[in-house]
Amino acid sequence: MSERKKIPEDGLRILTPIGMLGYGIHEGDFEQGLENNPDAIILDSGSNDGGPFKLGANEMARHPDSYERDLRLLLDGRAKNNIPLLIGSSGGPGTNELVREVCSLVETHEANEGRETKVAYVYSDVDKDTVRERLEAGEIEVCDGAPDLENDDIDDSIIVAQIGAEPILKVLEENEDIDVIVAGRAYDPSPYAAFCMQYEIDPGIYWHMGKIMECGGLCAEPKTQAIMATVFEDSFELEPLSKKAKCTPTSVAAHTLYEKMHPYKLQGPGGMLDLEECDYIQMSGELELGDPSTKKEERRVKVTGSRFVKDDIYRVKLEGAKQVGYRSMFIGGIRDPIMIEGIDDILETIKSHMVDKHKDQSPPFPFEINFHLYGRNGVMSKWEPVKDIPHEIGLLCEVTAPEQEFAAMICSETRVAMLHGPYQGQLATGGNLASPLTPLECDLGAVYKWSVYHTMIVRPGEGDELFKCGIYSEEGEV
Amino acid sequence: MDKLKDIAKVVRSKNASPFAITFDVMFEEKELYERFKESNALSKEKICELYGVASDGILEYVYYDQARALKFTLLRRNWPHGSVNERDTFGAQQHVPLFDVEVPTI
Repeated sequence: MSERKKIPEDGLRILTPIGMLGYGIHEGDFEQGLENNPDAIILDSGSNDGGPFKLGANEMARHPDSYERDLRLLLDGRAKNNIPLLIGSSGGPGTNELVREVCSLVETHEANEGRETKVAYVYSDVDKDTVRERLEAGEIEVCDGAPDLENDDIDDSIIVAQIGAEPILKVLEENEDIDVIVAGRAYDPSPYAAFCMQYEIDPGIYWHMGKIMECGGLCAEPKTQAIMATVFEDSFELEPLSKKAKCTPTSVAAHTLYEKMHPYKLQGPGGMLDLEECDYIQMSGELELGDPSTKKEERRVKVTGSRFVKDDIYRVKLEGAKQVGYRSMFIGGIRDPIMIEGIDDILETIKSHMVDKHKDQSPPFPFEINFHLYGRNGVMSKWEPVKDIPHEIGLLCEVTAPEQEFAAMICSETRVAMLHGPYQGQLATGGNLASPLTPLECDLGAVYKWSVYHTMIVRPGEGDELFKCGIYSEEGEV
Repeated sequence: MDKLKDIAKVVRSKNASPFAITFDVMFEEKELYERFKESNALSKEKICELYGVASDGILEYVYYDQARALKFTLLRRNWPHGSVNERDTFGAQQHVPLFDVEVPTI
């Protein structure tokens, strides 16, 4: 690693305008952030929270227009201040293809503005041969709750790694003048850690800071978007840009819990972040927000005591998604109390009837019918404690099959069976469903599942080979 | 007796990973948090009862004093995340059984 730089006297400043690229940056708060002289703009662009769909389909998480709008603000801002912009998990799933798409959006805008901008890419895709080989070698471990990894899964999946900080740091160290780094799927704090690794800062401090900052101003009260971190060797301070929000020790400590398995032990690539002994101290505002009274408000929090415990063996988390089939759906309301009382039997009968009807299908095709009963247990399913009989049920039926046409056919037959089927005690023989929409059924396209959620050992020295980086150009990577 | 929904500041659920769902109960006031913690009103056994899970389905169960919070994390076993038969992609609406947990008044 290169010689580490000294932190500026008043701390190293990192501006995060929003917790997710494409969610709609607030221009005013962002501008205010830029007025406070950040040393970098860093933000996250991905999450696995929304399911495996976007990864499986290799699609951008947000509409391109949303990315264009936010990127325009970010790129103009970073050029004005002449500071680097770092984006992690670019495009959402953060595959190589999406990294290139985001690089392309960046290049287009910079060309339109007549700017010569140095853009780097960092790739996170992991190729299937590598995964297969490491599985053989016993270097892949399953994460809690995930299924075992089969070779079929590897063959049929798109696989990325949640990369650590090192590949991004490599770009920074090899290119003093880098303007934009578009990184693929990354452990959320990685771009923040990478930027800070250039300086004399304790790892516990930058990993903790990154863990909070990657969500933007969610650690403030009320939740807001833009937030500035000021980082020192063994502490960091957080303050939101919006005058309507403030950071308090509770709001910051509580944010550590958000979306995490454990409140103070967070495993990441290369080590574990231990926040058990952290102190969260209230301070008054220090940012210039165009209103001197904010400097008398208790709106800034200082954090100390965060520890990073390095792992002996470096592991990255792999994410993979594969297609399981296609789906079609229908929805309908049920108001008849006799039908509602007997709904479980009715639905079982319909399922059996459909299986029976198609059992001699040649060639055979599997299908799965699932009913969601809103008003009864649509949201919580088996976990629903309330057993009262509702006065109406919103029925959602989804059918999964290997081909879209089969899913559509089974879905249609199921809907007809629901609508016209007889049942015990039936008085209303006109029709069983209140269908609100036409078309009566809807094809949903492909459905995916998580096929890989495992850690993989990164052997000493092979990080550069696994997670390539370089300078982006339209003709191809250099 | 107080119900958790009347004394807690936050009662929430959310995905912690594609295979785990995490629950947070947080308090504004230290005394309320201490009372809740000491009473063990939301014990592991209580969680097993409320969510019909076996104790090996509880991945984590931890108090964090700095946030005046209890966090517990369950395996997401009922259906695969964001796939066929999903009910709650973000895992954000599974918290309601915690509302009526009774906490003794001192």
